[in-house]
Amino acid sequence: MRLSAYIGGIGVLGPGLNNWPQTAAVLSGRQPYLTTPTALPTPAMLPPAERRRTGRVVKLALAVALEAIASAAADPAEMPCVFSSSGGDGHICHEICQALALSTREVSPTRFSNSVHNVAAGYWSIATGSMAASNVLCAFDASFVAGLLEALTQVTVDRESVLLVAYDTEYPPPLHAKRPLPDALGVAMVLTPERISGSMANIELTLTDEPYDKMADLELETLRGAIPAARSLPLLRLLAMGAPGRAILDYLDISRAAVQIEPCA
Amino acid sequence: MKPLLLAEYTATSCIGRGVAPTLAALVERRSGLRRCEFETVNIDTHIGEVAGVDAQRLPKALQIFDCRNNRLAELAVQQDGFFDAVQAAAARWGRRRVGVFIGTSTAGIMQTELAYRARDAASGALPPSFVYGTTHNSFSVADYLRQRCGLEGPAVAVSAACASSAKVFGSARRMIEAGLIDAALVGGTDSLCLTTLYGFHSLQLTSATPCRPFDSARDGISIGEAAAFALLERVPETLDGNSVLLYGVGESSDAYHMSAPHPEGLGAKRAMQAALDAASMQPGDIDYINLHGTATPSNDRSESQAVTSIFGPTTPCSSTKGATGHTLGAAGALEAVISALAIQNRLMPGGVHTTRVDPTLTAHYIRENRRASVNRVLSNSFGFGGTNCSLIFGRAG
Repeated sequence: MRLSAYIGGIGVLGPGLNNWPQTAAVLSGRQPYLTTPTALPTPAMLPPAERRRTGRVVKLALAVALEAIASAAADPAEMPCVFSSSGGDGHICHEICQALALSTREVSPTRFSNSVHNVAAGYWSIATGSMAASNVLCAFDASFVAGLLEALTQVTVDRESVLLVAYDTEYPPPLHAKRPLPDALGVAMVLTPERISGSMANIELTLTDEPYDKMADLELETLRGAIPAARSLPLLRLLAMGAPGRAILDYLDISRAAVQIEPCA
Repeated sequence: MKPLLLAEYTATSCIGRGVAPTLAALVERRSGLRRCEFETVNIDTHIGEVAGVDAQRLPKALQIFDCRNNRLAELAVQQDGFFDAVQAAAARWGRRRVGVFIGTSTAGIMQTELAYRARDAASGALPPSFVYGTTHNSFSVADYLRQRCGLEGPAVAVSAACASSAKVFGSARRMIEAGLIDAALVGGTDSLCLTTLYGFHSLQLTSATPCRPFDSARDGISIGEAAAFALLERVPETLDGNSVLLYGVGESSDAYHMSAPHPEGLGAKRAMQAALDAASMQPGDIDYINLHGTATPSNDRSESQAVTSIFGPTTPCSSTKGATGHTLGAAGALEAVISALAIQNRLMPGGVHTTRVDPTLTAHYIRENRRASVNRVLSNSFGFGGTNCSLIFGRAG
């Protein structure tokens, strides 16, 4: 069975990458890449009580998911999702571990509820009212391709449209020294089994032993190597160019993912 | 969906290492819950601790993975000849053709908890011996098992709170059906840690007594730890009639609240219906339901409503968490193994610790063991974030 789908909408947010149109301009060479800290919007789609409780992971994931859904003009209410992230909310983890190191051990119940790896998927479901299935994955540095594989198998096997959201946020000190992610970066895509109006390109994935692609721009290559979700950059570059092509994405230590892109004319 | 074969399975929890002690505990209605004396924890509660985890060692080459969670995974994978069976599957199908799908909610987070107690007084730095990626990170247990078993197929951790290791069956099913792999090591591992003990306590969700699912006086969970694994393969042409197949997987979201279930169990109902649809079965085809049954007032009320709305008030159901505790991210896989044991041993395990079933809960909760033909079992797992997964297992013949 060929693992393929149509890409119908993209969301991107990261250092110097503000949305998909601007990211596409950078990746296709029409705009220079200028690193600026990732600015995360407050998720207006959540009810105020929930909005106050959201940390950086939720803000990032919801922002890119919303951009992808909006640009695909898709209805999120019945769309299964795959969320993939290399770690949970580092700031919440820091606060809980700090509290547990004290003799009082007073853990905040809200922080504990929000410490689950599927926190963003939970808030997305609340925000959109979607009761469709969500899967929430972690494969450390390999998390982007792990999410893409899961999403493509859902599209291919179950013939349903899927929202893929891959996202990583930084850890504060002292954890930062042990897991030095420089900033937050997220990528989301709507993947559909059939070509629809608004489909941008067809993607087909195979696993390979070939060496992975690097970015020509030094700063973009640094970003690709520093944040797991940025391992998608060679794929995003192909989509930004709007031409057919093939890219090799870094995955596990022993395997890579080859993606073949055919733009929809 | 196309059914899949549970070619092998094993489980380790506070009621036993491996399937024979696990089955014996269920038959004898033994609970493994004890008053909490874990580490430096000072909470009035009962827990399901696996004996001997601290003494377990990892192979020298994989020392970087050393933490309670991976020790528990190592201990469990060596039971019932499971490790050898995975090796045989790798030899048969090829290392690249066997995937790894492991559910966990907190993985080895206890390493980070301990490291935060040993910060450098001047700089605040964590100790040099602390490694994040191969212990605390959710992927560490999947990565450990992948390297331990020498598997080279796709590998991933599913971390969707207490539905994690039920959902791994769905991911593995899709990847086998897509033809990317021929077999999957699926399962879950979650170990005791301070984050979950103090976290659930802060939400007032832990009980001081051993948990009493579906009891009128139920007042919270007992946290447990477990590791349970299965080897999933396509159904071969010839099959032992007593083999257990995975017939259906159903998943849904509540779209309601981060830490409270939908009051009418709409998400749970949707997951159970999706599992029946995937299996092409009717509610009457299910002989026994292994409930999520955490013993919180809200979960059991919501789940009972969802069960009754689909199955009516007569399908026997129970929660085995009175015996094992709530093993969080390992619960789906542990209860998948208990479902398989129920089928192969004609046993509906009655819920222990429950003395008076809440008369307002309409589902048919059983407190005593029943020895009867069990051909089809539905198993529920629900988690924080409103994530739900139901699995249907059944006898092949």
